[in-house]
Amino acid sequence: MSITIATEKQNNILMVKLAGELDHHTARKTRSVIEDELKLMKNAKLILNLAELNFMDSSGLGVILGRYRALKEAGGELMLCGLSPAIKKLLQLSGLLKIMTTYENEQEALKAYEVTL
Amino acid sequence: MSNFMELKINSCSENEAFARVTVAAFLARIDPTLTELSDVKTIVSEAVTNAIIHGYQECSSGVIELYAGLKERSVTIRIRDYGLGIENIDQAREPLYTSKPELERSGMGFTIMENFTDQLTIDSKPLQGTTITMVKNFEPQCVGATS
Repeated sequence: MSITIATEKQNNILMVKLAGELDHHTARKTRSVIEDELKLMKNAKLILNLAELNFMDSSGLGVILGRYRALKEAGGELMLCGLSPAIKKLLQLSGLLKIMTTYENEQEALKAYEVTL
Repeated sequence: MSNFMELKINSCSENEAFARVTVAAFLARIDPTLTELSDVKTIVSEAVTNAIIHGYQECSSGVIELYAGLKERSVTIRIRDYGLGIENIDQAREPLYTSKPELERSGMGFTIMENFTDQLTIDSKPLQGTTITMVKNFEPQCVGATS
């Protein structure tokens, strides 16, 4: 059981696709890969695609909330997409769904961002 | 129909996935819905993670005991550690409370366990350990369904 993290950069947009399981065991790696990518970016827009994540628990919520806070502080933004019903339920329960921007998929997130440019 | 399983594992984070998948496999015989199965995997993961992070302070040589007992369509899951214990259980149960904000913990573990189960009991003694007992009732099977 592990996680695969695929990243792609387009100007100030960082797209991160997570596949597998995001728990306490895989949280550290996920956090450090994303933070390394964001390090040199200014006003970064992070699109976190969770469509291929087949398990997530409160450790995953911690990773998402951590990135949300860090980006907000640095003038960036976090967008989530590809939420399964189980992940949506967790985000709802924790109140994160209320404060975060969510989209069906990456294309929708990119489109929404381009409109605001 | 009643049945049980017991598992003893080391408190290393690799075992979080092992524990939740094992309990899910044990429950497969009652044909739970995907949502029920996902809920069970999540609560097992939360309790085992708590034992590792808070009970054993991420020291991997601790022992975690896991019991799952099935009675008809109700499962009792008990997860026990012999670690530090919880000083203030009421505070630990508060949504978003975490004793380790520096680790980017969401503080949602107990809230999730409470919401995804029908009953949650926390028994903890400082320096002796913590036992989490959760009961989850599964929906009756559809008439005509075969297992």
